[in-house]
Amino acid sequence: MSGQTAEVINDTLKHAEHGSSSSDWIMHHILDGNYLDFTPFGKIYLPHLEIFGLDISITRHVVFLWIVTIVLFFVFLRISKKYKKSSIPKGIVNFFEVMVIFVRDEIAAPTIGKGYERFLPYLLSAFFFILFSNFIGLIPFTATITSNISITAVLAIFSFFVIQIGGIRKNGFFGYFKGLIPHGVPGFILPVMAIVELLGLLTKPFALAIRLFANMTAGHIVIYALLSLIFVMKTYYISPVSVGLALFIYFLEILVALLQAYIFTMLSSLFIGMAVHQDH
Amino acid sequence: MEYAYLAAGFGAALTIIGGAFGIGKIASAAMEASGRQPEAAGAIRTSMIIAAALIEGISLFALVICFLLAGK
Repeated sequence: MSGQTAEVINDTLKHAEHGSSSSDWIMHHILDGNYLDFTPFGKIYLPHLEIFGLDISITRHVVFLWIVTIVLFFVFLRISKKYKKSSIPKGIVNFFEVMVIFVRDEIAAPTIGKGYERFLPYLLSAFFFILFSNFIGLIPFTATITSNISITAVLAIFSFFVIQIGGIRKNGFFGYFKGLIPHGVPGFILPVMAIVELLGLLTKPFALAIRLFANMTAGHIVIYALLSLIFVMKTYYISPVSVGLALFIYFLEILVALLQAYIFTMLSSLFIGMAVHQDH
Repeated sequence: MEYAYLAAGFGAALTIIGGAFGIGKIASAAMEASGRQPEAAGAIRTSMIIAAALIEGISLFALVICFLLAGK
């Protein structure tokens, strides 16, 4: 085997031996870092920038955020150009049209009801961003940006603003908050209901963020944990079992990637529907 | 005290028991309903996936807390 592969294996065995446990190895691969890691072939160190004491250095997740954005931009630019030429879809346009119509007819229309077209751009953007980032994270040597709590928190904050602004626009500022409390509630419970409903406005986007973050992170951690079994047992004979299980979890990860994009968009759309048509 | 890892392990296991039990109940109800009325299978499948994802979301809250504990 080549010199670099031997070096990698020796390095990992050393880590496994003197007690820097496999959880360190796993965390080192999951978390964000200042270099792009193409391990047997080398590393690319990324610049460290600072502004007014705040650390805005370019990290792995920043690079992949840019990559996902550029891929999204070029794919959809190409699709819209092809639509201008002819309205009969072929090839890649056909493929994405199926998904766009799925989001429109199965996610937006049933949950938001009348006036769903207003929210369709946001829902489509969220769906395709999460889908592309989850799938790009499955390619070897890449990083999953949605396994970073900052990115999922920002997506949840965007959902929060779309929900509140959509609801306030439809029902008026005071009308929206009044409409949060169901009808026919005895008077003495009203303060409690108000607090509960206001907290509910905050916890729902929080749950969206944590759900996406934890699903993506947990999937990768399980794959790395199964592969690190080889180093914990310090033998090569367990590698068929280990790699086989890791492959199975990898296929499950593909399903989870699709499912999490669908769930995020479906729940955002459900909350938008509940805010816009407050029919308690 | 070095019990953080133990606590993380126990916490994750107990949470997953609860989550798996809940999702199993949903799946069984969905199967039964689909068997009774095969035309509604599509709508039932959609609702089942949403409910399963919500339950999984909750069990992943506890899992995140276990990560934080194990990282101490």
